[in-house]
Amino acid sequence: MKNLIAFVIGLIFGAGLLISGMTQPEKIFGFLDIFGRWDPSLIFVMGGALMVAAIGFVAAGRRGKSLLGDPLSLPSKNEIDPRLLAGAAIFGVGWGLAGVCPAPAIVNLGFASAPAAIFAAAMLAGMAVYGVAQGRSADQ
Amino acid sequence: MKIDWLNFTPWPSLAGGLLIGLAAALFINLNGRVMGASSVIGGLFPPRGDAPLRLSFVAGLLAAPLLLGLFRAAAPPVFETNTLTLVVAGLLVGFGTRLGAGCTSGHGICGISRLSPRSIVATAVFMIAGIATVFLVRHIIGAPAAS
Repeated sequence: MKNLIAFVIGLIFGAGLLISGMTQPEKIFGFLDIFGRWDPSLIFVMGGALMVAAIGFVAAGRRGKSLLGDPLSLPSKNEIDPRLLAGAAIFGVGWGLAGVCPAPAIVNLGFASAPAAIFAAAMLAGMAVYGVAQGRSADQ
Repeated sequence: MKIDWLNFTPWPSLAGGLLIGLAAALFINLNGRVMGASSVIGGLFPPRGDAPLRLSFVAGLLAAPLLLGLFRAAAPPVFETNTLTLVVAGLLVGFGTRLGAGCTSGHGICGISRLSPRSIVATAVFMIAGIATVFLVRHIIGAPAAS
């Protein structure tokens, strides 16, 4: 049941990414190119997502557990450490080079696209390298 | 600052954003989990007991183009980046999101909607790094390398 729910949520998430334009590298470049011809569309993606997600997190937080009775698995870290800053900077450079972030990388595998497959394979390799280097870690 | 009105898509982007937010709200309320793509996927290396749940979520992402394809609403991605750049970028995105414990969804959507200071800082950093990279590639080095 929980796996089926996760599948449907992935499906909704993927549909949202496709409809919003997040799966198109040119859309991402247009948003990040504030010194060229700037496409502010992604502000609307974030704005829409934040509105609904914030309501969801407040509701879940008040209840203190999921509707199925499971404890909420929330990140426990609070400190802004060098790992956070370095990781975000490295991710940002990769995002700016290819115009693809993790979820759209997976969604784009649903198309028969060689560049999408190359990017996703490299991304998974990068995650595997981290997994080998750091072992198991609990984060968001 | 010049706005690219030709490619500006406020309504589809807002509609897609609402769906992304809905997915995040459902994940925390039904599964008790934060919907961060890099952490859900990255947590498969190495696999643990919750691997089936993570793989189900990934399967949903993969099925989304098929679902929208039924309504002729799935546009395949258009890549103009060369293969070497794609490989380097993929490695950076994969490693960086794991080191920084989140990506656009985990930090940018879920973390900010929880008002997490870590996520607000991380989102600012990856946005600035992305803007600086695009500036370098498009306006300093020149036209992006096309394959």
